[in-house]
Amino acid sequence: MKRSVLPTIAHRLAILCYIAFALFPLFWLLKVSVTPNDLLYSEGVRLWPSRTTWEHYAFVLQHSAFPTFFKNSVIVAASTAVVVTICASLSGYALSRFSFRAKYLIVALMLLTQMFPLVMLVAPIFKILSPLGLTNSLTGLVIVYTAFNVPFATFLMQSFFDGIPKDLEEAAMIDGATKFIAFRQIILPLTLPGIAATLGFVFTAAWSELLFALMLINGNSAATFPVGLLTFVSKFSVDFGQMMAAGVMALIPAALFFLLIQRYLVQGLTAGAVKG
Amino acid sequence: MASIQIEKLEKSYGHVSVLHGVDLDIADGEFIVLVGPSGCGKSTLLRMIAGLEDVSSGEIRIAGNRVNDLHPKDRDIAMVFQSYALYPHMTVAQNMSYSLRLRNIAKDTIGAAVAAAASKLGLDPLLERRPKALSGGQRQRVAMGRAIVRQPKAFLFDEPLSNLDARLREQMRAEIKKMHGDLKATSIYVTHDQIEAMTLADRIVAMHGGVVQQIGSPLELYDRPANLFVAGFIGSPGMNFLASTYAGGSVRLADGTLIALETVPALADGESITLGIRPEHVVIANDGSGMRAAVELVEPTGFGIILHLSLHGLPFKIFTLDREALNSGKEIGVRFPAQYLHLFGTDEQRIA
Repeated sequence: MKRSVLPTIAHRLAILCYIAFALFPLFWLLKVSVTPNDLLYSEGVRLWPSRTTWEHYAFVLQHSAFPTFFKNSVIVAASTAVVVTICASLSGYALSRFSFRAKYLIVALMLLTQMFPLVMLVAPIFKILSPLGLTNSLTGLVIVYTAFNVPFATFLMQSFFDGIPKDLEEAAMIDGATKFIAFRQIILPLTLPGIAATLGFVFTAAWSELLFALMLINGNSAATFPVGLLTFVSKFSVDFGQMMAAGVMALIPAALFFLLIQRYLVQGLTAGAVKG
Repeated sequence: MASIQIEKLEKSYGHVSVLHGVDLDIADGEFIVLVGPSGCGKSTLLRMIAGLEDVSSGEIRIAGNRVNDLHPKDRDIAMVFQSYALYPHMTVAQNMSYSLRLRNIAKDTIGAAVAAAASKLGLDPLLERRPKALSGGQRQRVAMGRAIVRQPKAFLFDEPLSNLDARLREQMRAEIKKMHGDLKATSIYVTHDQIEAMTLADRIVAMHGGVVQQIGSPLELYDRPANLFVAGFIGSPGMNFLASTYAGGSVRLADGTLIALETVPALADGESITLGIRPEHVVIANDGSGMRAAVELVEPTGFGIILHLSLHGLPFKIFTLDREALNSGKEIGVRFPAQYLHLFGTDEQRIA
């Protein structure tokens, strides 16, 4: 069948426009990060500076606390992602498969937690964490992030479990598995795309969280990189070059992470389970 | 292998009762088919035997042991699902060996069992494939293979063939029957397809509305259906029913025609009854005798011909092997041979 060319071109053009629009900020980030300070304001608006430099990167790595921020962020985001995904897998499975009393109450409460602007909760949370010695600590951040991400991640995982036919578990149980073994050996491997999606979602959420990191942490030792980026803003000027260089480096782990899991994100592992 | 007893089994979800006191005694090695329209409770009954549904009241015994409170894994049964329920992340061999691996059986024993089952089902070349690389028929075979690798006390089949096309279904039906002949395994098979029920069963359990309507051999159900439901459900095209009254050794139809009966039932004159006759038992009278019926539709099936008639203004069907029927005019004569008549009372139960 021959398709007319015009709609195809229009279609591709539309996608191209969208990609350009979506990626332009990233390009600008990169562009500023390699622009020497003396050219930043003197060249006007140009797509690419006449001279590039790595000096901002070198400065950020050698003379700022950025490596510490970076390490803290990795610890916080990775721990949050793992803890949330484990909790959400179990609770999502329960919501998907079991009927129990107060199920809908629990669902309603979890939805309720998603309705408040986080700013409202900063003070109470500080008040709770402070006597426990969890302010100014990465553990405190992981706990707060976990608490805020579990409800959404639970719903996400539930929808993935809902997509796996119940027959599979029943077949496993008749084959001689307990409910938990059926969950671990049959259901969990099939939920890998869902787990990958949840990990990715929570990781990026925790990676870029600013509000609580800013409020609960003071000083550089436990600061995460979104907080760290603010240190490039001084009273009288903003070190755009260094800030953007730090930003580019902060993008790397998130990008790597998605590169790692994208295979699972696109793969439909359940194909062939039942007559389709 | 084992016998299965089911006693006064009931199932309800909240206030909704779906099984009302089912009693069933299945002998060791017997092939039982549960048949009925959707929603009759046949699958629920099967799932209760498997342990996938709780028992509301009553008792299930497998090999004499009460299993009501046993988990599915402890009942030692195998089940073939309608959806096949193959594990998509495992190869055919892994699918088939899963139950044995869960029981920590020695590797070479597992290998031998899988190889034996695979060769029985012709799955040898497919052992390393994943389910998604198999056709529907092959998946169905793997599901069967998964059931037969271990020797369970009983096989449960939940409409295993309903996802296959007609040709394949016929072939698998024969294979299931042959396999049962070889293994002599106690089997319970759920289907809504009466051909499967008739061809496979040692005994058929006809169910309707959560109640067992009749238990008997396929021919018993065909020849002497216990009530109107069974009479209408077994046989294709379905049995014709005519409202009529009893009149001293005969049956009086709505238009006044009298049909003599072979045996005299214990009925009072004037009692209303339902007369049943199978489409294949109606005789076409070409000589002008018999009741007149208008021909509304002629359906040749190749093997025979189905005539849709209107008798006394009610739909009526005939199945005949006589090709002459294709040329029947607007009207034909029909006769009901007395030995093929079924009589049902107002309570819908069989009288004669």
